[in-house]
Amino acid sequence: MLLVVTALAIARVRNLFAVVALGGIYSFLMALALLVLDAVDVSMTEASVGAGISTVLLLGALYLTRVDEAMPLRFSVAPLIVALVAGAALLYGSWDLPPFGDPAGPIHHHVAPRYLNQVMAETGVPNVVTAVLASYRGFDTLGETTVIFTGGIGVLLLLKGRRRRRGSGGAAP
Amino acid sequence: MAGAVAHFGNWVTVILMVIGLYVVLARGNLIKKLIGLSIFQTSVYLLYVGPGKILGGTPPIIAEGFTVYANPLPHVLILTAIVVGVATLALGLALVVRIHEAYGTIEEDEVLGREGDS
Repeated sequence: MLLVVTALAIARVRNLFAVVALGGIYSFLMALALLVLDAVDVSMTEASVGAGISTVLLLGALYLTRVDEAMPLRFSVAPLIVALVAGAALLYGSWDLPPFGDPAGPIHHHVAPRYLNQVMAETGVPNVVTAVLASYRGFDTLGETTVIFTGGIGVLLLLKGRRRRRGSGGAAP
Repeated sequence: MAGAVAHFGNWVTVILMVIGLYVVLARGNLIKKLIGLSIFQTSVYLLYVGPGKILGGTPPIIAEGFTVYANPLPHVLILTAIVVGVATLALGLALVVRIHEAYGTIEEDEVLGREGDS
């Protein structure tokens, strides 16, 4: 509920610096919610990545650009309608989901019990999330690091050209 | 009333999703758009992790005396999603910085206007 309030504030506030600070608060609240949902690993990652690295990146981008958001030239109602219709469709669909916290839900009877029962015998790692991430799905994690590597190279290339152009006298169009 | 409790998490997820979608669609500021994308993304985290919880269960770390664990698979998927999300955010912000360099603004309307002028 605090999450919703913070997200609404993010949508309304026009000073981008305040928006970034609210984004940090939002990430910590999300980390708390994930902790309550028993997702401790995800919670730690969200607190460090969402509230830490993302905030630093956004502040860096704000430093390189500017802080205030312009007033919109016109208020168009179409995005609101699209968002509300999508939300209504999702709510309608959510009635068919299994109830919250029910151990009989279909999600708990697919491959998860196999991991939970065999993980100690097969990997010896008590933290199942770590075992699945690094052992069973090691190639996925390799692909993930490839994505981060590509992203890092992209950022470096984009910002490197910028520095060179500024160094050569600022021939920006 | 039991139905309301059972689906409360889904409602929060949907509301956050709608807010994120609205920010992405309606706001012209490119940094604001990226933050909206992040909100949308975190709502997907809730969508995945929420059903994995079992009432009375514990986090999925095998230990003596516990038999009911939360489903570990959504956690693994969302860990990957968080990290990929921050890579996406970094790349998007780099693009915004470049756009600001080229056009002197980060408002979508003004960028399109200057594109038309030149």
